[in-house]
Amino acid sequence: MAKTIKIRAKVKDGITTVKSLITHPMETGLRKNKKTGELIPAHFIQEVIVKHNGKEVINCEWGGSISKNPYLAFKFKGGKKDDTIELSWKDNKGQSDSVTAKIR
Amino acid sequence: MKLNQKRRVFLKGSVAASTVGLAVGAGLLTPATVLAAWNESAFHAKSVDEAIKAAAGAPVTEPSDKITIKAPDIAENGAVVPVSVVADMDGVDSITLLVEKNATPLSAIFHLPKGTLPDVSTRVKMGKTGDVIAVVKAGGKLYSARKGVKVTIGGCGG
Repeated sequence: MAKTIKIRAKVKDGITTVKSLITHPMETGLRKNKKTGELIPAHFIQEVIVKHNGKEVINCEWGGSISKNPYLAFKFKGGKKDDTIELSWKDNKGQSDSVTAKIR
Repeated sequence: MKLNQKRRVFLKGSVAASTVGLAVGAGLLTPATVLAAWNESAFHAKSVDEAIKAAAGAPVTEPSDKITIKAPDIAENGAVVPVSVVADMDGVDSITLLVEKNATPLSAIFHLPKGTLPDVSTRVKMGKTGDVIAVVKAGGKLYSARKGVKVTIGGCGG
């Protein structure tokens, strides 16, 4: 799949900055459908893991209060140009996606 | 949320999944395994103290001025509030982000292995005006900081 994730990693002075955007509805499960008054079922990302050359650099647990189409940015040490960065997510319905990119 | 309600939501979700052509079996099995790894009690906690306790292990945090929360003073749209947390300390294990006035305050837990800098950014939903709280776990101790954000349009509920 891999269409849901945009990721960009850039290294400068030994510090790699990773920025990513995921396309996801992030429903809290508390919102109501305005027409029918029924609750919209919760559907949100619970787990995001980013790996650098196979080694975990961040592990996020998210709740429904993260905004729709979530954004995540963080920094880590030790990345080099052309290293592999892999981001994967899983949501509460068991859907998942992952993507790999190279550090620039 | 009570277990029963959750089950409802979950069942609805799997019915929806099956109608779009996914195997029902797969739809029913995978969410259970996802939930097992996820800190369910912490994310369903209704108060800030409960959430911190469940997420970080203890309810007591020490206010610290070494933690900087970057968030707008006034958020025009509560559905998208950009928040950055930077901690100026060593050995940070995790950063926990909470929104005080939300129905379930816990928003995110970032686990940071060694080598990852305590500097994370994301965007959160805020129901109404209140504080954003960051709890940083470093060297087995908990530190916290908060920042008030004024919300003009709520992000929870339609």
